[in-house]
Amino acid sequence: MKHTISVLLQNKPGVLSRVTGLFSGRGFNIESLSVAETLDVGVSCLTLVTRGPDEIIEQITKQLHKLIDVIKVVDVGDSEFVEREMALIRVKAESHTRAEVLRIIDIFRGKVVDVSPKSYAVEITGPRSKIKAVIDILKPIGIQEIVRTGTIAMARAKKS
Amino acid sequence: MKMTGAEAIVKCLEEQGVEVIFGFPGGVIIDLFDELEKSSVTNVLVRHEQAAVHAADAYGRVKGEVGVALVTSGPGATNTVTGIASAYCDSIPMVVFTGQVPTGLIGNDAFQEVDIVGITRPCTKHNYLVKDPNELVSIIREAFYIARTGRPGPVLIDLPKDVVISKVNFPEPTPVKMQTYRPTYEPHPGQIAKACKEILKAKRPVLYIGGGVIASDSNEELTELATKLNIPTTMTLMGLGGFPGTHKLSMGMLGMHGTYFANMAVSKCDLLIAVGSRFDDRVTGKIADFAPHAKIIHIDIDPTSISKNVKVDIPIVADCKYALTAMNRWLDVQKDFNGKEQEEKLGPWLDEINDWKRKHPLGYVEEGDIIKPQFVVQKLHEMTNGEAIISTEVGQNQMWAAQFYHFNNPRHFLTSGGLGVMGYGFPAAIGAQMAAPDKTVIDIAGDGSIQMNIQELATSRQYKCPVKIAILNNGYLGMVRQWQELFYDKRYAGTDLSVGPDFVKLAEAYGAVGLRATKVSEVEPVIKEALATDNTVIMDFVIAREEGVYPMVPAGKATTEMLLS
Repeated sequence: MKHTISVLLQNKPGVLSRVTGLFSGRGFNIESLSVAETLDVGVSCLTLVTRGPDEIIEQITKQLHKLIDVIKVVDVGDSEFVEREMALIRVKAESHTRAEVLRIIDIFRGKVVDVSPKSYAVEITGPRSKIKAVIDILKPIGIQEIVRTGTIAMARAKKS
Repeated sequence: MKMTGAEAIVKCLEEQGVEVIFGFPGGVIIDLFDELEKSSVTNVLVRHEQAAVHAADAYGRVKGEVGVALVTSGPGATNTVTGIASAYCDSIPMVVFTGQVPTGLIGNDAFQEVDIVGITRPCTKHNYLVKDPNELVSIIREAFYIARTGRPGPVLIDLPKDVVISKVNFPEPTPVKMQTYRPTYEPHPGQIAKACKEILKAKRPVLYIGGGVIASDSNEELTELATKLNIPTTMTLMGLGGFPGTHKLSMGMLGMHGTYFANMAVSKCDLLIAVGSRFDDRVTGKIADFAPHAKIIHIDIDPTSISKNVKVDIPIVADCKYALTAMNRWLDVQKDFNGKEQEEKLGPWLDEINDWKRKHPLGYVEEGDIIKPQFVVQKLHEMTNGEAIISTEVGQNQMWAAQFYHFNNPRHFLTSGGLGVMGYGFPAAIGAQMAAPDKTVIDIAGDGSIQMNIQELATSRQYKCPVKIAILNNGYLGMVRQWQELFYDKRYAGTDLSVGPDFVKLAEAYGAVGLRATKVSEVEPVIKEALATDNTVIMDFVIAREEGVYPMVPAGKATTEMLLS
């Protein structure tokens, strides 16, 4: 089972390596990881995507919580949530494919962020599945380079 | 108030009530040693940094306080890693100070520079590199607080040279409050009631207690619960002394080298009450066959211990002392609880256990004049009235000590349980003797492991520790040899220690006393002389070379599949 876990931690040197060390040391896997400061510069938010049976996920959240610098651990998937990932994709765009690439990007509501005579660099944002769909469809045209951010996630607000 | 970093550190130690630390100096940390010399804190100068950490570990265990070690940067720091990892596995409160190159040189591959905070991250409860001198005091206070509270553990503080000599603030002490670290002490009342009801329903309950009972000083509460309900009790290696070993409800140790009856009882029980224990593989054997018929109640202060290895039915996250007290009080107010009825109800269960006890007691075969190690431990127990503090190395010596020295009191058995460090016992004995100068302290050792920190004979002599070392000398790395005998067709690869030192002469070379026994009749006189000697003594017991530790559950087997001899 895929789980998206959101961790609030103190923004101090070495904290990230406490988290990643925990995963490597205990043989947990990390599919993606993304971290940046929150409104409070003393606090960072780390979002990580991992996979495993329920008892492993339980251990992961408990072990994360045990780290002294960790403030809060939430398995975002316990409630409704939105997730986003961004990818920058440099795709081959020669005279006969340029228009097609633009059409595809448009369908996925992507943006061209860099242009050269033979390629476009495009920015795509969305859930993991959407990024995958774009990649699948651009692949036959020729992807030259990809950089992805890793997933970030947020629980949906209560409706009432 | 402004003072130097070194002055502030020493003041912090005094504020924490530290009387003795274990250390070894070096270039970047001279200023701190210089300051210590002027203070009320005694530094015990060890001969290897690993020993400093083991000694601090044992000192902390015996006193129920935070042990402290102080070393220099680079190799001084790396030499502490084994001791820190051992303390981490065994949940021992400790603060280790390491020197570090000046902040300006960090990352430049300076002389004796090592990233000890990085190295010890996975084996400390927490660690710090002090970069801002003004955080020094608050970090030290926080470190002691973290080490001592919750599930205790080692905390490391890395001290760059410039921080130690700079001027720092010394704020008035205030209670440490941390936003991110708040261990749960009080149990959930609902869980307590649920657990107690389950215990009253059980017909074949077993208490399985670990180091948490000792760490939380809850042996009395545990004994109250066990005797009130007449529940047979077994201890892990770390739990020995948490319940009186000579009590009629005691089943001794369980697990790989546990007693036949403890392992049988666990495999047949209908309720397993785990208190401050963590279902280690040496306890459970093959997980799928561990306590297969039992509901499981698990009391532990560390939530990660619960349902980590074995699925728990009733988890209680709390300090053992609080939880056991709550259970005792809950039972006290039950109007329909009748101790006599309870005793009668568990009668058949205890009869069954006593039957196992009669059929397969702990024992060994006598062989004429040849000294059996178990006999030596029995004699040590007898001649010290079971009241000595016993430390062990790791291997056969450790298991024989655990099996045959029936510990009645907590904080009297010091062993590297989780990490299994050969070389732990002797420095631990020195630490224990510094903590309890009036107690008899004996390191039960093997001829292999004693050589891993034998240099501490000098420390023991320098600080006038009348520590006794009982070497069970079989000229082998005995435990590995035993596995080779049983599972590797007696191919004794890399375990022959027949060329060893003359331990008597070795002791004498250090100004200690060396005694040797080569036959049964010499055992008692040697122990008698050693106990009467006010000096460090090595007793070299030349024992049966190929004696094994039994019962034994082969690794990965169910705990009922014991080899009995």
